[in-house]
Amino acid sequence: MTKRVVVLGGGVGGTLVANLLVKKLRPGEAEVILIDEDAQHVYQPGFLYVAFGQKQPANLTRPVRSLLDRRVRILTAKAQRIDPTAQVIATDHGDVHYDELVVATGSHLAPDEIPGLKEATHHFYTAEGAQALHEALKQFRGGHVVVGVAGVPYKCPPAPLEFVLMLDAELRAKGLRDKTEIHFVSPLPRVFPIETVAVKVAPIMESRGIQIHTFFNVESVDPKRREVVSLEGETVPYDLLVLIPPHRGAKVVIDSGLGEAGGWISTDRRTLKATAHPRMFVVGDATNLPISKSGSAAHFEADALVANLIADLRNESQEHKYNGKIMCFLETGAGKATLLDFDYNHPPQPPEPNRMYHWQKALFNQFYWWTVPQGRLPGEKQTKEQQEKAGD
Amino acid sequence: MSTQSNVKIDRVIDARGSFCPGPLMEMIRAMKAAQVGEVVAVLSNESGSKRDIPAWADKSGQEFVGIFEQDGHDQIVVRKVK
Repeated sequence: MTKRVVVLGGGVGGTLVANLLVKKLRPGEAEVILIDEDAQHVYQPGFLYVAFGQKQPANLTRPVRSLLDRRVRILTAKAQRIDPTAQVIATDHGDVHYDELVVATGSHLAPDEIPGLKEATHHFYTAEGAQALHEALKQFRGGHVVVGVAGVPYKCPPAPLEFVLMLDAELRAKGLRDKTEIHFVSPLPRVFPIETVAVKVAPIMESRGIQIHTFFNVESVDPKRREVVSLEGETVPYDLLVLIPPHRGAKVVIDSGLGEAGGWISTDRRTLKATAHPRMFVVGDATNLPISKSGSAAHFEADALVANLIADLRNESQEHKYNGKIMCFLETGAGKATLLDFDYNHPPQPPEPNRMYHWQKALFNQFYWWTVPQGRLPGEKQTKEQQEKAGD
Repeated sequence: MSTQSNVKIDRVIDARGSFCPGPLMEMIRAMKAAQVGEVVAVLSNESGSKRDIPAWADKSGQEFVGIFEQDGHDQIVVRKVK
């Protein structure tokens, strides 16, 4: 009987894994089904540009079908429960049995976790949020802008830094910068989770007059008084608030009791197997791995995951290792960007921002649709040397 | 349970294997949930925690009790005082 691999989620990780699976499985070895609630694939990094009116949300969404190999079946359905013992997913369109499961259910915003946040803040982590922020920026004539992060982990860690630097550049271009104070709040002791990046970017922010507040864990927001209050006892007033809401794992993961605190699934950092459940793999934001929640992580995880899944399906013991590789660009405003390229053992050493990286990012944003989901972008295949470096 | 300094620990968070800034955020999460007067210990094998957690306690006005080296990891202890 033909075995069945189910991929739950049609984002970067799910789409790429499904495409790689059908390429690497032997004919007739297993069918691959991708389950997604609306079968739409959203290019979330584009939302940053929507906030500045440089991209339209309609251009950031495509049907998952258009990105998938025709051998992958799609089931448009809402997953309600995963039973890892029976190996069944309950959906609003019936139960689906699996022999191997890939959980690619992503991360989701949870603004309700901080009192006052939902009513008060703008953000650019959804299409609607980014559009509303764009409208607010069009109306903005000066005042206190507070930008930052209201909880960790959050996806695309460079994005809040990119936003605040691009905002600075935009306000300068509009002649509003001298009428504006920009404050950046971070729950961490620095502006970015990784120290080598923080020490490069913080001086750029300071040189642009952006005031940095570290160890600022947002406890509540008072929309009437227009103040953000931190757990550490600091209060910052705002006229325009742009806080990235806390993130949580998918509801189906939480409802199924598969998540640790926050709804993230305990995952082996090398093999991408769920640590507590056989026949289950996890890709991208859904994992509990201490790495960026980003499309790039999902992209670079996919090769090892697919190789391990196929070995599992065949009851083979070989093990393929993800080395923690992530690569992404960081916009620094005024048409410049830098590059973050790192893995579990090698922190990023971002070069001086320049125009070339900005244009590379712009090109990547365009070519994404024809490269990453299909597995065509060079780099996702780890060399033997990298495998060895990954160690245990 | 007591540490070398004989402080009674009310909550222990095992953040070993959680990388920067994991243990710091685990401490902050635990302190949010703790009652005033309670003592929270985070177990960490991430070297930055030894610098970041005392700095956070100082900034937030909580009492840093100490860092105690244990079997291959650190126990970092903070008392919630407000």
